[in-house]
Amino acid sequence: MAQGHTAKFQNPVVNWIDSRLPIFTMLNHEYNEYPMPKNVNYLWAFGAIAGIMLVIMIATGLVLAMQYAANTAIAFESVERIMRDVNYGWLLRYVHANGASMFFIAVYIHLFRGLYYGSYKAPREILWMLGVVILLLMMATAFMGYVLPWGQMSFWGATVITNLFSAFPIVGDPIVTWLWGGFSVDNPTLNRFFALHFLLPFVILAVVVLHVAALHVSGSNNPLGIEPKGPQDTVPFNPYVTLKDGFAIVVFMIFYAAFVFFAPNFMGHPDNYIPANPLVTPAHIVPEWYFLPFYAILRAIPDKLGGVLAMFGAIAVLFVLPWLDTSRVRSCKFRPIYRQFFWVLVFDSLVLGYIGSRPAEQPYILIGQIATAYYFFHFLILLPILGKLERPSPLPASISEPVLKGGGRVAAGAHAKPMEKA
Amino acid sequence: MRALKTAILSAALALGIAGAAQASEGVKIPEQSWPHAGVFGTIDKASAQRGFQIYKDVCAACHSMKLVPIRTLAGIGFGEDELKALAAGYEVQAGPNDNGEMFMRPGIPADRFPSPFPNDNAARAANNGALPPDLSLVAKARQGFEDYIYAFLTGFEDPPAEVNLMPGMNYNKYFPGHQVGMPNILQPEGVTYADGTKATVEQQAKDVATFLTFVAEPHLDARKQMGVKVILFLLVFAGLMYASKRQLWSKIH
Repeated sequence: MAQGHTAKFQNPVVNWIDSRLPIFTMLNHEYNEYPMPKNVNYLWAFGAIAGIMLVIMIATGLVLAMQYAANTAIAFESVERIMRDVNYGWLLRYVHANGASMFFIAVYIHLFRGLYYGSYKAPREILWMLGVVILLLMMATAFMGYVLPWGQMSFWGATVITNLFSAFPIVGDPIVTWLWGGFSVDNPTLNRFFALHFLLPFVILAVVVLHVAALHVSGSNNPLGIEPKGPQDTVPFNPYVTLKDGFAIVVFMIFYAAFVFFAPNFMGHPDNYIPANPLVTPAHIVPEWYFLPFYAILRAIPDKLGGVLAMFGAIAVLFVLPWLDTSRVRSCKFRPIYRQFFWVLVFDSLVLGYIGSRPAEQPYILIGQIATAYYFFHFLILLPILGKLERPSPLPASISEPVLKGGGRVAAGAHAKPMEKA
Repeated sequence: MRALKTAILSAALALGIAGAAQASEGVKIPEQSWPHAGVFGTIDKASAQRGFQIYKDVCAACHSMKLVPIRTLAGIGFGEDELKALAAGYEVQAGPNDNGEMFMRPGIPADRFPSPFPNDNAARAANNGALPPDLSLVAKARQGFEDYIYAFLTGFEDPPAEVNLMPGMNYNKYFPGHQVGMPNILQPEGVTYADGTKATVEQQAKDVATFLTFVAEPHLDARKQMGVKVILFLLVFAGLMYASKRQLWSKIH
């Protein structure tokens, strides 16, 4: 093995290390030579964007953690100290707080891209399921992070969400007490949430490594959803995709910076600038926007346990999605009927998000119930049946073929994309 | 449907949180035009200074602003000597001294603005049971932000005939629930501005709102100025990246 590597690198030190620990060979293989289908569009950049967001969150979070005090008596004030007295503390905190939203925007686009192009189908099932695990971990991390400033929404959001577990019979109440570390959301709760909020991003990082490892076994999907037939269908990751993803990342950063510098509290809730007060309940307790569709599903079921199960079920259906979709054709490009329903699902998710932000009253309750029913109908009934009934349009013979014959049709599509993400 | 709504409420919120819409929800907070709004907006320092004058002479009688150090006012044009003189005008509790006793000393710019009451209970006792909220963050902690501050300060009026005001309460058309413990405090020419600006109620409300925006977000100007630079840099960067990407990929397509 060692001999095989000796000629690989010019630098003798690199060669020396690589023949003992082949990290350079590995990096070269996975990030330099790694073949990417050459027809991927800009939607494929959102994986890289999400990765960058994770790095930004960990870096800013680390510095914030050095200044933050996880104690109910001073947590709120310590955040204000960061905002007022720590050098560029306001920048760190706004980058971190808005970064959570940006991370979810990137991941949700990434997820819907996977749905549209069938990236969850064989042989990418485990890749997809690891992605769902990352989403779950992100939700837990974001939820606990929102509790840390110890404002009104922090406190009451924590109270509402932890109370969900009390819906389970017999074990419910002991679980809630165990989560709280007491009999209400209080100092022990804040302390453990801080510890877990620090830990979970590194768990996410570990699962991201597995996610990428699985990706590099099967290779990346592409807008046509057919496997590359050879080198003529692919480009090496570096420099082609690094540059393309790099451009997409910079455009995304412009969008991100616009919020950080010009509307830093747009995604937040004014009530979270009021210190937590267990004696005063806010008029409306709303979660952060990225939880709103799930919040709507939770509230759509007129039974506490049912609502909680439906909410977890909304993620669980994603987990088993590779086996719910019976169609063997990956890309929606060649599934004329499913393509329509994909957009109905996107619309349905947006409706759920809107309903989640409304108070629990008519007509929002009814709309939320219909939208929830449709969400599960889409995954549990429509997908299995449609895969059997739908007649997909003919697939191209290879990735290169439509590129050459279609007069650059795919290329034009790829160029039209950058505006969509901004 | 009523039963269903009740069931959903208890199911979803798990607590007895009243889902009934706030009484104020139908009231639209009118938007004002602020010099600090927009991408290039900066705090109107003269207005914020006038706002501080009102805070000091009027608001501070009941409201604390305990998260804000006095030195913060350097951001609206107070010089070092002015800050020292201003701080020295406040009495601050310090200690314990060598005898174990707390004592009062003149303030320094690093001190935070002293609160009018020693604790919330004392504040309630002096204000008919109502707690005057801390002003440090109030411009960021209300739906409508500084527009709400302005609307609230100018929104006092006689209650409509059908409203039964509780004793000691005042009617404000923008306050959630409309009944508020705070009286209509701003009067025309109620203060005499040091800079000679005519002190209409609207002017005073605007100045207070500007000042409270500043203390809630003392780095607002620095943030926006940095934002302009960051976005300009990123635009140039994006242009270069796109040009390189196009050139590289032109061999592929």
